[in-house]
Order: sequence, then C-alpha cells, then structure tokens
Amino acid sequence: MNVDTTYLIIKSLMVLTIFGITLLIATYLTYFERKVAAFLQDRLGPDRAGPFGILQPLADAGKMFFKEDFIPQNSAKSLFILGPGIAMFTALLTGSIIPWGPQITLFGETFDFQIADINVGILFIVGVVSIGVYGIMIGGWASNNKYSLFGAIRASSQMISYELAMGLSIIAIVMMTGSLSLKDIVAQQHGMNWNVFYQPLGFIIFLISALAECNRAPFDLAECESELIGGYHTEYSSMKLGFFLFAEYINMFISCALISSLYFGGYNYPFMDMVSDPTVQGLIGTAVLFGKIFFFIFLFMWIRWTLPRFRYDQLMHLGWKMLIPLALANMLATGAVILFNQ
Amino acid sequence: MKPLTNRAKQVVNKEMTFSEKIYLPAVLGGLKTTMSHFFKKQATIRYPEEVRPFSDVFRGKHVLKRDENGAERCTACGLCAVACPAEAITMVAAEREKGEENLYREEKYAETYEINMLRCIFCGMCEEACPKEAIFLTTEITPANYDRSNFIYGKDKLVEDVNHRTDITTRQAHKNLAK
Repeated sequence: MNVDTTYLIIKSLMVLTIFGITLLIATYLTYFERKVAAFLQDRLGPDRAGPFGILQPLADAGKMFFKEDFIPQNSAKSLFILGPGIAMFTALLTGSIIPWGPQITLFGETFDFQIADINVGILFIVGVVSIGVYGIMIGGWASNNKYSLFGAIRASSQMISYELAMGLSIIAIVMMTGSLSLKDIVAQQHGMNWNVFYQPLGFIIFLISALAECNRAPFDLAECESELIGGYHTEYSSMKLGFFLFAEYINMFISCALISSLYFGGYNYPFMDMVSDPTVQGLIGTAVLFGKIFFFIFLFMWIRWTLPRFRYDQLMHLGWKMLIPLALANMLATGAVILFNQ
Repeated sequence: MKPLTNRAKQVVNKEMTFSEKIYLPAVLGGLKTTMSHFFKKQATIRYPEEVRPFSDVFRGKHVLKRDENGAERCTACGLCAVACPAEAITMVAAEREKGEENLYREEKYAETYEINMLRCIFCGMCEEACPKEAIFLTTEITPANYDRSNFIYGKDKLVEDVNHRTDITTRQAHKNLAK
C-alpha cells in the first residue's frame, strides 16, 4: 500500500511537472520564434517588455485573455468551442510517453523519468497526433467560413498524406529495435549508438513529415496567411485562437522531443559511462535531451524563416510521389540488411 | 534591349535536374544564407533611447523665441498665419499694459498663439515670413498622442523656457546665408 502511494505521488508530480514545463516552453517558444525571425532578418525583435523583452509572452497571454471572445452567429457553436479544446488536449497528451531521462534512484525508490511506458508507445503517438487534426478540422468546419473550411480541408489532407510517410519511416526504426516502446528504443541508442547513423534517409523523411504535421512553413498551407487569411482559425478570437496557436507550439516541442528520442539518442550522450553516479548521469541525460530538443526547435524556426510556402500540388507531389516511395524503399532496405545480418 | 542592371537572368523552361528535384541542396543553400544574416549587425534603431542623427536644417516642432532679456519677440503681426499654406496657425493679439515690458518686447503681443500640429506640414514658411525672428522650427519631434485635441499646441508648449533656451543658431545661420 505504502509503495503504491509513493508511486502515485511521484507519477502525479511528474505529470504536473511535464505539464508545466510543456506549457512554459510553448509560451516561450512564441518569444523565441519572434527573436529568431528577427535575427534572421537583421532585426532585433521584441525587446520592450522586460529585459530583452522576456516578459513579452506574458503580455501576449494577457492580451489574449482580455480580448473579446467572439463566436460567429451561424457557426456550430458547440463544435466551434470543441475544436481548440481537442487541438490543445491532443497536443498535451503526447508528452506523456516521451522518456525525459533514464531510470533514477531517489530516496530508495527507482523510477523512470517518463510518465507512462506504454508497450505500444509509438502507435499511441501516431494515433494521438492523427486525432489532433480533428481539432483543426472541426474548428475550421464549424466556423461556417469558406476560408476556414479550405484551411481545414487542406490540413486534413496534408496530415493524412504525411502521416503515411512518417509511419513508414518509424517502421524502419521499429524493425531495427524490435520494440514499439519508446523507452526501449531510446535505451538501445546507448552512448553514441544513435539511430540517425543507421537511418539517415529515415531521419530526413521523418523531419520533413514532422514539419508538415506541425503545420509549419514551408508546409503551413492550413494557415496560409496570404491566401486563406489565417485558414482554419480565421473566425477564432481571444483564448480560443490562443489555444490553436499554443497547440501548434506544443506540437512543435513534442515533435522535436520525438525526433531527438527516435533518431538522436534521446537522453543518451557520448562517453556517458564515464559518469559513475547514475543520478548525475541521468540528470545530465535530461539536460542533453533538452539541448537536442532546443537545437531541433531552432532548426524548425530556421527552416520556417528561410523557405517560402509550397504550392498545394507540390505538397501532394512531395508527399505521395517522393516521400512515401522513399520511405518504402528505406523500409525494404532496412529489412534486407536485418535479414542478411541474421 | 539593353537591360537596366546586370542582374537580369534569362528564364528557361527546362526540365529540373535531379539535385533540383530533391530540393535539399537548394534548401541547404537557403539555410546558409539566412544563417549568415543571423550574425549581421541589426538595422534596428531603438528609437526613444537611440535617435537617428538629424540634418541641421531638419524642420521639426516650432519654438517661439524670447529676446536676450527674456521678453517674447512675437508681436502678433499675423504674417506667419498668412504665409502658412496649411492654415495651421491662429493667434489673438493684445496690447501690452504698463509694467509688462519685461514680458513682451513690443507694444503688441500674442495673447494666444496656436499651431495645429495635425495641419502643419513643417514647411518652414512661418519661419521665413517672421520679421521679428520670433518663430523657428527646431530639430525636436512632435510626439504622438491619443487625442486629436492635444495636437493644438498653445503658447505653453511653443514659447521657449527663459532658463532653458532652445538653441536655433544653426537655423539662424542658414537663414542669414540665404539672404
């Protein structure tokens, strides 16, 4: 009984911590994005609210809360409210199975720095991410606005197309590891034994698909300010709009955590065996994981402020005619190599 | 036809090569270009703290000058109002009473003197027209405001402070040079 209570407390604390950290990082990603954009364009970016403008996200959040919350008269009201809720919920859900660090022993209790080690973790992530598009679809459709509908339709077809390539590139990893659990996949990449060295093509396919799944430039056809005046969230205002934008940044954070875990060893780092104390080793591992995540977040932003948006037919062409065949070939090649080595 | 610049490129509708088709080399090139800008000096001027250098003959907010004894130079002759192409200047004249010699330089003075800063086009014709060297345009900027009525500047904002004179020597030199 006593063990169970400690277990519950630790897990609840972990849930709260990850929840808080995710929200905090997503908040500051908006600031980070504006700063990166500014620096890439020879500007300074926000620097008025607090030193270096670090209070800017708080000011933005305050603004979002106090704006008028407008619901269009002819919209499907309940669905209109449900849309951003689903987007936010699914975005936050995926953080639960990422292994944020190796096993740590604290107060005589061994626990994983991971909320839930599901044995089909990867399937869970793919499933939850594909539910995420429902938020956009329902929100866009319920707005009763043709631009929103266009954005929603584009988002859903884009997500379906790129999920395939994403799933196929993950299958190659699963074949190599022999497990669907993210914990096992990360644990196998001990030291410098990272998957990216065995799956470079898979990594590139996954990276491109992740960009498309996050609805970020150059694949931001669902939002598309210049054509669809905001796309699926045209009719949204106040914190509902905030939820959509926020969910996008959380998705980006989780995608980067996934890329780091699947291809760049997660919390593993070279020469990690030289650190004798397992607790210290674990803490350094967590720091390393966050370093990797921030590198990929920067890469995502860097790409966004470099490339122009794809045309819609180019997007479909890239997804169906290039990435899926490539991912299939990658999967076959991986299978052949595994068979040959047996 | 001769091109205007040497940067013009002939457009060719050719089939894309393999390296162009997979986008990646072009993407990497683009990333390199943007990263080179990351470390460049920012073009931003952080305005209230940092001010762009102005030319000496910049025409900004007006000042009504006082003479060396601190008396107002303006005699409310109205030539500035006549010269003003935007009709931004209005004034009410009054006669100087006994004992006000230290306040006003001549027998007549402007009781009110108002410039509508929303109408003003900062052309400097008032300065040209003034026979008493009373009005000058300074290098100060007219600040923004939330209310239109606050843009009508009266004597409280225009007349220079006795103890903190506005330096307009460069403009006077310019005016004298023009003569």
